[in-house]
Amino acid sequence: MAALEEEFTLSGVPLGAGPDGLLGVEPSDKTDQFLVTDSGRTVILYKVSDQKPLGSWSVKQGQTITCPAVCNFQTGEYIVVHDDKVLRIWNNEDVNLDKVFKATLAAEVYRIHSIQGTEPLVLFKKGAVRGLEALLAEPQQKIETVISDEEMIKWTKIFMVFKHPVLIFITEKHGNYFAYVQMCNSRILSRYTLLPGREEKPVIQSFTASVDRKFILLMSLSSDGCIYETLIPTHPSDPEKNQVVVRSLLLKAVVSGNAPNGVALSVLDRDHVAVLETSPSAPKDCLSIWNIKFQTLQASKELLQGTSGQLWYYRENLFMLHGKFLTVIPYKCKMSSLAGALGKLKHIQDPGTHAVPHFVNWETSQEYGLGSQNSEQSRILRSRKVEVSLQPAVSASTQLLLTIKNDTEKHIEVELRKFLAIKQTPDFHTVIGDIVTRLLGRCKAEPSFYPRNCLMQLIQTHVLSYSLCPGLMEVALEKTDVQTLQLCLQQFPDVPESVTCACLKILMCISDDSLQETDISAELVFGYSDTVQDEKMEGQTEIMENGFNPKEENCNKEKPKGTTEETTLSPVTPKRAALLNAVLHSAYSEAFLLPHLKDIPAQHVTLFLQYLYFLYLKCSENATMTLPGIHPPTLNEIMDWICLLLDANFTVVVMIPEAKRLLINLYKFVKAQISVYSELNKIEVSFRELQKLNQEKNNTELYSIEVLELF
Amino acid sequence: MGEFRVHRVRFFNYVPSGIRCVAYNNQSNRLAVSRTDGTVEIYNLSANYFQEKFFPGHESRATEALCWAKGQRLFSAGLNGEIIEYDLQALHIKYSMDAFGGPIWSMTASPSGSQLLIGCEDGSVKLFQITSDKIQFERNFDRQKSRILSLSWHPSGTHIAAGSIDYVSVFDVKSGSATHKMIVDRRYMGVSKRKCIIWGVAFLSDGTVISVDSAGKVQLWDSATGTLVKSHLIANADVQSIAVSDQEDSFVVGTAEGTVFHFQLVSVTSSSNEKQWVRTKPFQHHTHDVRAVAHSPTALISGGTDTHLVIRPLMEKVEVKNYDAALRKITFPHRCLISCSKKRHLLLFQFAHHLELWRLGSTVATGKNGDILPLSKNADHLLQLKTKGPENIISSCISPCGSWIAYSTASRFFLYRLSYEHENISLQKVPKMPAFLRSALQILFSEDSTKLFVASNQGSLHIIQLLEGHFKHLHTFQPRSGTVEAMCLLAVSPDGKWLAASGTSAGVHIYSLKELKAYCTVPAYNFPVTALAIAPNTNNLVIAHSDQQVFEYSIPDKQYTEWSRAIQKQGFHHLWLQRDTPITHISFHPKRPTHILLHDAYMFCIIDKSLPLPNDRTLLYSPVSLTNESDVRRRTAHAFKISKKYKPLLFMELLDERTLVAVERPLDDIIAQLPPPIKKKKFGT
Repeated sequence: MAALEEEFTLSGVPLGAGPDGLLGVEPSDKTDQFLVTDSGRTVILYKVSDQKPLGSWSVKQGQTITCPAVCNFQTGEYIVVHDDKVLRIWNNEDVNLDKVFKATLAAEVYRIHSIQGTEPLVLFKKGAVRGLEALLAEPQQKIETVISDEEMIKWTKIFMVFKHPVLIFITEKHGNYFAYVQMCNSRILSRYTLLPGREEKPVIQSFTASVDRKFILLMSLSSDGCIYETLIPTHPSDPEKNQVVVRSLLLKAVVSGNAPNGVALSVLDRDHVAVLETSPSAPKDCLSIWNIKFQTLQASKELLQGTSGQLWYYRENLFMLHGKFLTVIPYKCKMSSLAGALGKLKHIQDPGTHAVPHFVNWETSQEYGLGSQNSEQSRILRSRKVEVSLQPAVSASTQLLLTIKNDTEKHIEVELRKFLAIKQTPDFHTVIGDIVTRLLGRCKAEPSFYPRNCLMQLIQTHVLSYSLCPGLMEVALEKTDVQTLQLCLQQFPDVPESVTCACLKILMCISDDSLQETDISAELVFGYSDTVQDEKMEGQTEIMENGFNPKEENCNKEKPKGTTEETTLSPVTPKRAALLNAVLHSAYSEAFLLPHLKDIPAQHVTLFLQYLYFLYLKCSENATMTLPGIHPPTLNEIMDWICLLLDANFTVVVMIPEAKRLLINLYKFVKAQISVYSELNKIEVSFRELQKLNQEKNNTELYSIEVLELF
Repeated sequence: MGEFRVHRVRFFNYVPSGIRCVAYNNQSNRLAVSRTDGTVEIYNLSANYFQEKFFPGHESRATEALCWAKGQRLFSAGLNGEIIEYDLQALHIKYSMDAFGGPIWSMTASPSGSQLLIGCEDGSVKLFQITSDKIQFERNFDRQKSRILSLSWHPSGTHIAAGSIDYVSVFDVKSGSATHKMIVDRRYMGVSKRKCIIWGVAFLSDGTVISVDSAGKVQLWDSATGTLVKSHLIANADVQSIAVSDQEDSFVVGTAEGTVFHFQLVSVTSSSNEKQWVRTKPFQHHTHDVRAVAHSPTALISGGTDTHLVIRPLMEKVEVKNYDAALRKITFPHRCLISCSKKRHLLLFQFAHHLELWRLGSTVATGKNGDILPLSKNADHLLQLKTKGPENIISSCISPCGSWIAYSTASRFFLYRLSYEHENISLQKVPKMPAFLRSALQILFSEDSTKLFVASNQGSLHIIQLLEGHFKHLHTFQPRSGTVEAMCLLAVSPDGKWLAASGTSAGVHIYSLKELKAYCTVPAYNFPVTALAIAPNTNNLVIAHSDQQVFEYSIPDKQYTEWSRAIQKQGFHHLWLQRDTPITHISFHPKRPTHILLHDAYMFCIIDKSLPLPNDRTLLYSPVSLTNESDVRRRTAHAFKISKKYKPLLFMELLDERTLVAVERPLDDIIAQLPPPIKKKKFGT
C-alpha cells in the first residue's frame, strides 16, 4: 500500500527566485545528500535527514545557471553549466565557483546526466551526446546536430540497461513528438515517432519513464488529464529506419479539471506514479499517488502554498518546491495487496482462527489469466479492470491485426512480441484467438505465408484451445509442421479424435531426415534413451565378466541376450518418440478414435505397436511401473493404446509378416499375465491356511487361569 | 482395586443359529428375527436394539416366513406346513394351524393387515382372513406348477406377485387368477443353468415388480404388460432377499456372497422428473448368505447364515448422532446362557438342546498382572444333559451349592439332583414336576440352595422348597389382575428375604419372601431391564437398563440410594452411554460392599461407589499398559474400573473375593463352525 508520510521542509535560503522554479534536484554520491539547483544562480547541497544545507555555491552576478548541477559518481565532484556553454566542476572544499575548473564548450548544453556506474553524459541542445571525459579532453570539439532545426528537446532521462547507459530524450516539433534513444556504448541512436492514441489530444505536459529490460516504458501526461504509455524498445530492431510507436491509454482522468497549467509526473516504482497538479485559480496544489495496475488512487496530499509544478523522486523521497522552500515528502510502498488496493481490509475471520491471507498475488493471477483465485475480491477487481483497461489492449491488438494483413513475417513477429510483452488483459484469450484466425486467414490466402514462430509463440501463451482456433492444426498438418503439432497436442485440451489420428499419421510417415532438421524438444524421451544405452553397456560388460565358463555361459546367455537387444532398442528415433508421446498424452474417447485408427497404414500400425511394446517393456523394468523423464506416458496410456490399435487393426496386423513377432510377444505377455493371476488365486488358498495357522497360534488355550490387576 | 485370578474359559462351544427371516414393524419400531432352529426374537429398535423377547425354537418348526399383520400381531410359517401366531405378551405360541398345502415357503400380509397370503410347496397360493383371535382360510388362488417361494402384495391390495421357479406370476386378488406370467432368463453368465429360483419379489405401487433370483439378477418388470423393464446383474451367486422402503424410493437386496446392495430411485438428471433405479451402495458386512433383509425408515437390516444381525443406518436419513447413527452387529443373545456354582466352581452351559456342566481347574501358582499361571488341574467336562423331544431349552440354572440343576422347555420343567462322591457324579431326576412350571423364562436358586424361584411366561412367580431328593411348592405370586406380562428376569437377595422380578416391558416388582407378598414396585423407567441383582447386607437392588443406565434402589428404604441419585444427577460418562451391548449380568464382591461388578459383551466393569464419579472430561477406559506410578494414581481417580481384555464376554462372575471366571466366545471359533462361504476370487477378474 503506497502511502505518503509526513512532509518536512528543508530550511535555508528561500528558493524559486527565478520564473521557472527550480532547475533540478539531483542525488549526490552520499545517500542522504542532494544537489538542488535554483534557477537563479545557486546550487545548494542538502542533507535531507538533517533538513539543512551543507553547502551553497553561487555563480557571479550576471551569470545564470542553465543546467542543473549533478554529481560525478566516479570522482565525487559536482558539475554545473552556466550560460549554456560554460562547464564548471568543483568539489566540497571549493567555496567560490568562479575559481573552480572551467571549460567552455562549442555548443549549448541541454542537460548533464550522471548516473551511478558510468561517467556523466552531456546532452547538447541539438541532440548530440558526449561523455564528460571525452569532452573535457577537447572542450572545443565540434558538436554535430542530430535533431532538425525546429525540434526542441522537451524531456530527457538516462537509464542503465544491462550495465550500459541508455539515454532517451523527447523532442517536439509542431505538436509532434519524437523519441530518441541513444545507446551510449554502441553509439546507436534510434528515432521513434510518438503517434498519439485514438482520442488523445496531443498536448503533452509531462513525461516520465521507467525501464524494464527490453523496453523503456514512457509515460506521458496529456492535457486531457490522462496518462498514456508508450513502449520503446531499448534494442531497436532496425535503427536506421524511422519507427513509429503508439501511445496507449494507461490511466484515465488522473488530473481533474481541464487544462491545468502545470502538471508533473514521476514514476515511483513498477506500479505507482506520482502526479503533481497545480491549478491556476486556487493556490492549492495536489500531489497524488496512483496505482497503475489497479487504477486506483492510493494517496493524495494538498499543498496549500502552491508549487512550481515540478517533482523529483529519489530514494523514497519526493521533492518539490512548496511555497518558497524545498519540501520533502517521504513515500513508502509496501507490498501491494489486493485488499489494500481496493481500499478495504475487512477481517472477516475472527482472530483466533488460522488466518488465510486475504490478498491475492496479482502477479500470478494476472499471468494465469482469469482463473485460479477464487476470492470474492479478485472477482470484483476483475470486473473493474475490464472496464478501465480494455482500451489500450484493443488499440494495440488492432494495430497488430493491421500489421498481420500485409506486413512481412518478420515484422509480424516483432509486433507480436511487442504485443505479448504488454500486460495481459481479461479478454486476452479472445484477442489471441483473433490474431490466430487472422494469421490463418492470411495463410490460406497466401500459400507461401506461414508464420510458424508467431504461431508457436501464440500457442505457448497457454490460452489457446482447439475450439478457439480450429484451423490452426489443419494448417499445421497441411504444412507438416510437426513442431507446432506437438505443441498443440501438448497444450490443447480438446483435440478431436480425428485430428489426433491425422497427427499420428503425419508423425508416423514423416521421414527421419526431415525430423532431424526440426527443432523438437526430445527432452521428454532423453530419460529412457539414456538408460537404453546404459543397459546396453551393462549387458556387454556382464557378458565379458561371465567369461568364466565360456561355452556354457554363452549358451545360457544367448537367448536372453537376443531378446534384450531386441527390446531395449527403441524402434523410433528420440525425436519421433517425443512426438508420439504427445499423441499418447492426448485425451480421447475410444468410440470416436477407433474408426480413425483403422485408416492408418499397416506398417505404421506395426511400428507404433512396436514402439508401444518397447515402452511397456521399459515400464515393467522398475517396480513402480513408470517411465523415467519429465511427464512420461503412463502404463495405462500405453496399454490402452495397444488395445485400441489392436482392436482397430487386428485383421490387418495379423497378416503382416513383420508384425508376427510382435503379436507373438503380446500374446505371450497376455498369457503370462493370466497364468500369474491363476497362480495367485491358487496361492491365496495356501496363504489363507497359513493365516489360519497363525491365528491359532495367537489364540490362547481353551482354558487358562490368568492374573488380572484392576486399578 | 485389586488383583484377581481369572479363569478364562473359551470352551463354551456355543454357535448361534443362522438368521432365516427378519420382519420390521414400523408401528412399534420392533424387529422380529427368526432363526434356522425356529427361534423367534423380538428386538426393540427404540430401546437401543435390545432383544426384549424370544420364543424358543423347535426342531420341526423351521420358519421360512415371518410377518407382522393387523398392527402388531406376529405370524410365522414354515416347512412343517403350519402357520403360527405368537402371543407377544405371554411369550408363547398362541396357536398353529395347518395350511394343507405342504411346506410353506412364503407368507405376506395384505397392505391393510387383515389378510394373510401364503405360498406353498404344491404351487398353491392361499388367502387367509385374520380374525380377532385366529385366522380363517378364505380361498385358493390359481394353482401354479411349482412351489411359490416369494410373495408380494401390491400396495392397493388388488394384485399380488408370486415368485416361483423360473417365472413370476401376477394374480388378480379378486378373481384369484393369474394375469401375467413373466419368465425369467435361466442363463447365468451365458451358461444355461438348470433352474432359476425367484427368491424374492416386491410389488411397487406404480405396478413395477422387482424380482431377485438365483442367477444373481435383480429385475424390474412391468406388471401391466408383463415385460422386463430393466435387469441388473449384481452377483455371481443367488440374490436371496429383497425389502422395499415404505416410501418406495429405495430397496435393499442381499446376496449369497454376503453383500447387501442398496438401490435408490434417483433423478436421471438434476432437473428432470424422470427417475430410475440405480444401484448406489454395496455393503459387505456378512461373510455368508444374506437370507433376509428389512428396510426400516432409517436403516438397512440384514441377517443370514453367518448369524449376525446387522443394522446399517442410512446416514442421509439419520438426523442426530445417537444410537441410531452407528452400525450395529448383534451376534449374541441379550440374555445369560451360563450359570455358575460358586461353591464347587462349576459352570453350567445352556445350548439349544443340551446342557453342559464343567468344573473349573485350579492352580497353586501366583503371579503378577498379565501372567498365565500353570494349571495344577485342568477344567473337566463333568456332564452333558440332553433334552428329550424337539423343543429348545428356554432357561437353565445350577444351584450355588452345585447339587441342583434345573431347566425348562416350552412344555416341561426338569429338576435334577447331583451328588458328588470324590470324582464320581451321580444324577438323579426329581420326578413329577408340576406342569405349571413349564416354559419358565428364568430359573433361580436361593443363595443357600434351599429354594427355587421360577418365572413363568404367564407372569406368575413360583417358589419351590427344595428338600433332600424331593420338593414342595411353597407359594405362587400371581400377576396383578389383568396383566399377563411374562417375567423374564429374577434376582434374590443373599439373605433370602427379597425377590425382585422384572417383566418384558419396564417395571421391577419386589416381593417379600418372609411374608410371601408383594412388597413394592420400583418407579417405572422407559427402557427395558437387561440385568438385575440384589447386593448382600445392604439389600440394594441394582438394575441395568438397555439405554445403559444403572440404578441402585434400596429395598428396605423403598427408594433410590444416594449414590444412584448422585450418578443420575451427574449423568454417566458419554462413552459409557455409547456402548452398544447391554449389561447382561451383575454381581457383588462378598467382602467389599461398595463394589458392583457388571459386564456386557465387550467389557467388564467394577464400580467402586466410594470413589468419585467420572465426568465427560476424564478418561473412562484406562490405557492397556501402565507405564509409571503417576498413571496409576491418575487412573484410580474415578469409580469405573473397566477392563476390555476379555471379549466377546458372555459371562463373568466372582467366584470368591480373589477369583473371577470369564467365559469368552471368540467370533473366529463361531465362524470356524459355519459352512464355508462362497469363495470369491481375490485376483484377476
